[in-house]
Amino acid sequence: MEVFPFVVVVWILGVGLYGIVTSRHLVHQIVCLIVVQSSTYVLLLGVGYVTGAVAPYFFDVKVHTPAVDPVVQALALTDVVVEAAVTALLLAFAIQAYKRFGTLDPQELVSLKG
Amino acid sequence: MSGRLALTSHLLAVVTPFSVPPALMDALQIVILVLVAGAATMVVLTRQPARQAIALSAYGLLLALMFLALQAPDVTLSELTVGAVALPILLMLTLAKVRKRE
Amino acid sequence: MTAVQRRWLFFAGMAILAGFYLWGLSGLPGFGNYPGPYGFVINRIAVAQTNATGVVSAVNFEYRGFDTVGEEFILFTAATGVATVLRQLRNERNEGQAGDEALGPGSAETTDAVRLATLVFVGPTVLFGWYLGSHAQTSPSGGFQGGVVLATAFVLIYLAGEFLVFRRISPVNLVDAVGAVGAGGFAVVGITAVALGLPYLTNFLGLGTVPGAVSSSGTIALISFFVGIEVAAAFVLIVGELLEQTLLVRRGAA
Repeated sequence: MEVFPFVVVVWILGVGLYGIVTSRHLVHQIVCLIVVQSSTYVLLLGVGYVTGAVAPYFFDVKVHTPAVDPVVQALALTDVVVEAAVTALLLAFAIQAYKRFGTLDPQELVSLKG
Repeated sequence: MSGRLALTSHLLAVVTPFSVPPALMDALQIVILVLVAGAATMVVLTRQPARQAIALSAYGLLLALMFLALQAPDVTLSELTVGAVALPILLMLTLAKVRKRE
Repeated sequence: MTAVQRRWLFFAGMAILAGFYLWGLSGLPGFGNYPGPYGFVINRIAVAQTNATGVVSAVNFEYRGFDTVGEEFILFTAATGVATVLRQLRNERNEGQAGDEALGPGSAETTDAVRLATLVFVGPTVLFGWYLGSHAQTSPSGGFQGGVVLATAFVLIYLAGEFLVFRRISPVNLVDAVGAVGAGGFAVVGITAVALGLPYLTNFLGLGTVPGAVSSSGTIALISFFVGIEVAAAFVLIVGELLEQTLLVRRGAA
C-alpha cells in the first residue's frame, strides 16, 4: 500500500502514451492526452494524503483535527478545469486541420505537404 | 454549541473517517485504484471517438470516486462537472462537426 | 518505419521511462506518510487568519492567489483561442442564418421526455451553480466548480432542442463581455490592494466575525464570484462556438 498508488500513476501514464503513439484519429489522440493529464491528478493527491485524516474543511469538525494537505488539492482543482478549456482549444485545432487537409489521421497528416 | 453539533451529527448520521477502521479505508482505496487503472485502459483501447466519449464519462466518474476516497471533495466536484459532463459534450460537438462533412 | 516497429520502439522507451519514474517515486515517503510541514501549518492557521473554513479555497484565492490569477488567464486565453480559430472558419462562408436551419428539416426532433427532463433541471442547476460559486470559503465549493455548473445549465437548454433559446440568452457579445469582466475583475481586486499601499492581492476587506459565514473572509468570496462568472462565460463561449460550427456544416451539406 506504500507505493501502489504511484504504480497506478505510472500505469495510467504509460497507457495514455501508448494511445497517443498508436492512434489513427486525432480526436482519439486528444482523449488519450486527457488520460495522461489525469495521471498527474492522482499523483498530486496521492502525495498529499495523510492516513486517517479528514478533508481540510473545518465547519463541522474542530480546527485541530488532522487533515490532508490542502495545497495539492488546490493545485489539482484548478488543473481539472483549465485542462478542459485547453482540450477545447485542441479540438478547435483538430477541426481546423480537418477543414484544411480533409483527414483526421495523424499518420496521414504528417505526409501531406501543402 | 458542541452538544448541538454532536446531536446534529448523530441525527444526520455523519460518519468521519475516524469511525471507519483503517483497513477498510485501505481496501476501498485499493479497489478504486484498480478500477481507475482498468478504466484508463478501457478509454485508450476504445478506438472509435464517439464511443470513447462515453468511456471518458465513465472514467471521469470513477476518478471522482477515487478523489472522494482520498479526502478531496473539491476536486471531486470539479472532476464530476468537467470530466463527466463538459468534456464529453465538447467531444460530441466536435465529432458532429467532423462527421457531417463526410 | 512500420506501425509494428513504432510500437516496439515505444515499448522499449516506455519501459525505461517507467523504470526511472518508479525509482523516483519510490523515494517519496510512501502513501499516507505525509511529512512536509506546509500542509499541517496551513491547516492550523488558515481558519484563524482568514476566517474561512474552506481551507482549499483559502489556499486557492488567498495564500496562492497569484498562481490562480495565472490559471484563470490560461482558461481565458484558451476560450479566446477557440473563438478566434472557429470564428475565422465561419467567416469563410456567408454569415448564415443558423437560426433558420434549426427549424428546418435537418434538425432532430427531441421527444417530450427529453425536453421535460432537461428543462426541469435548468432552474435547480442555475441555483446550484450560484450556491457553489458563493460558498467558496465555507464548504467544498468555489468559483471554478460553480462556473462549470452554471455553463451546464445553458447546455441543458440546448439539449432540450431549444437551440434558438440558447442563442438568444447567450449572445456572443454579452458572453464575451461577462468573461472579460470576470477575468479583469480578479486582476482589479489585486490592483486595488496595490492602490491601497499593500502588496498585490492582499486581503484588504473586512474578515467578518463568524468563520465560514457567507459574508466572511474578505476578498476570497469576491474573487470566487469573479472566477465563477469567468469560467461560466468561457465554457458557454466554447460550447456556443462549437454549436455554430455544427449547424453551419449542416446547412452547407443540405
